[in-house]
Amino acid sequence: MDLNLLQRRSDYEWEIPQRDAMRVPATIYASEALMREMDHKVYEQAVNVAVLPGIVRASYAMPDAHWGYGFPIGGVAAFDPDAGGVVSAGGVGFDISCGVRCLHTGLVRDDIMKVQRELASILFQRIPAGVGSTGAIRLNERDMDEMLAGGAKWAVDRGWGVPEDLERVEEQGQMKHAKPGNVSAQAKKRQRDEMGTLGSGNHYLELQEVTAIYDAGIAEVFGLKQGDIVVMIHCGSRGLGHQIGTEFLKHMAIAAAQYGLVLPDRELACAPIKSEVGAEYLGAMRAAINCALANRQILTHLVRRAFADVLPHARLTLLYDVSHNTCKVEQHRSDSGVRELYVHRKGATRAFGPGHPDIPEPLRAAGQPVLIGGSMGTASYVLAGTKESEALAFSSACHGAGRAMSRHKAMKTWSGRQLVDDLAARGILVKSPAMRGVAEEAPGAYKDVAAVVDAADAAGLARKVARAEPLICIKG
Amino acid sequence: MQDPSARWEHYEHGADIGVRGFGATKEGAFEQAALALTAVLVDPDTVQPRERVALSCNAPDDELLLAEWLNALVYEMGTRRMVFGRFRVSVDGHQLSAEAWGEPTDVARHQPAVEVKGATYTTLRVAREESGTWVAQTVVDV
Repeated sequence: MDLNLLQRRSDYEWEIPQRDAMRVPATIYASEALMREMDHKVYEQAVNVAVLPGIVRASYAMPDAHWGYGFPIGGVAAFDPDAGGVVSAGGVGFDISCGVRCLHTGLVRDDIMKVQRELASILFQRIPAGVGSTGAIRLNERDMDEMLAGGAKWAVDRGWGVPEDLERVEEQGQMKHAKPGNVSAQAKKRQRDEMGTLGSGNHYLELQEVTAIYDAGIAEVFGLKQGDIVVMIHCGSRGLGHQIGTEFLKHMAIAAAQYGLVLPDRELACAPIKSEVGAEYLGAMRAAINCALANRQILTHLVRRAFADVLPHARLTLLYDVSHNTCKVEQHRSDSGVRELYVHRKGATRAFGPGHPDIPEPLRAAGQPVLIGGSMGTASYVLAGTKESEALAFSSACHGAGRAMSRHKAMKTWSGRQLVDDLAARGILVKSPAMRGVAEEAPGAYKDVAAVVDAADAAGLARKVARAEPLICIKG
Repeated sequence: MQDPSARWEHYEHGADIGVRGFGATKEGAFEQAALALTAVLVDPDTVQPRERVALSCNAPDDELLLAEWLNALVYEMGTRRMVFGRFRVSVDGHQLSAEAWGEPTDVARHQPAVEVKGATYTTLRVAREESGTWVAQTVVDV
């Protein structure tokens, strides 16, 4: 990105001043090095989002921002329903409520290394991963609607987890105001066989070792110690969410004219929050959030069962579960006082600061855990929301490394088999049904997650707490 | 008759992939764009045309119709767990009807790389170039 186009507000804050049709400025949080590498399309897309009606304060981009569709990935934007604010399917993304869940295991590295191969094999057997994989759970119409209304709570009620799990999930595991009736038969059909599946692409399930603690006080509150083994699950709402995203992108593109919305690009398709299409999307999108929460809950259950066979003394409890493709109604400060805003986070993680009532009580004083997934074979990070993040970006932080190289180029550059062998030599076991998928997800195809996390920390979006590095990776 | 302009390619998009089809007709370009879509997952040459699936969709203009067509294929691939390697498209105004030939996904043989979540409107374009060749392209989310 050409830095001459931006005004530098601080070491980690860059502003695109309001001009032309922009209703607010755009702000990008990143180090100078990340800014220089960042795609110019992020600039264009952050500006386009600033043009949308009802946007409040600024259009934001996180340190891992990259070219998305409509909104940049790593984009945050809040809209005021009373000021003509909009909701956008592209502003949430196709993989609605894609997110990361982190489980404590109570184990240390030695416990795992004794059974690493066996555990990797059993996890790979039990966790359906990759293109076309199916889960063991089949939902009839009624079950499907109950799942879409109930989320992780529905899964726990079915026996796939314990009630304590729900306290550690955003929305206590159940997104309210979901409308299963707004979800098309096609979206439900696409989900029929996909409950409890990981998916493909950048989705994974990893066993990781905590290899660094940056904030001992918060780490203690989060229950993390150097050498601890944790499980990280990265996946989303599977076919159902993808279908809802697809369908509403079209509905919104066609209905835009009817609502008098002039869009700089069709990919910004949106609808007023207070409109029929807007309300319909919100109901369906919330149902998809529940689908993702239920899916990660079922995967948790499968992991626990696998551990029970190999390491029966392990007790898997949740640290937290975050979603990074959402639109949520939250109270935030604006010029006109505290208002209820519709906050879009597309490839961005909610990061409520210490004391926020939505943080589970045992963690509240430390701030919300922010879980940042690395790419295959690289580190993941645990951060904590800060007080200042509210004023910086409606309490939001980055979500991952972000791609640095296209899939196409990655496939030409690396061999999946060679990558698996190289990682094995470093003590990391990768299990995947497709070697081409592994090549496309090569660690080198991603930005340096450490640089992204450092920038989020330095910008004040979230505070670095711990780093965890993989020992076993189940790759879709 | 063989269409000499018929071909497909992928193009770069940061996190995702662009699919682009060329053809002597709009329909031909749509068929090639579908092959490019298949190639995101698997090598199209490995797909045997053992089963035929009929599809239809509609949209108010050519560009949205391309996105709908690709999304209809994403849906069929997802719900039937199939991959497709041959297509026949006809377009009548806003209405598209098509046939796709393929087979159930065989993970060992096809080595599917990644699921396609859906077709986006990013760089979406359907047009007849000066040379007379039709181009149909968009970015798909993976």
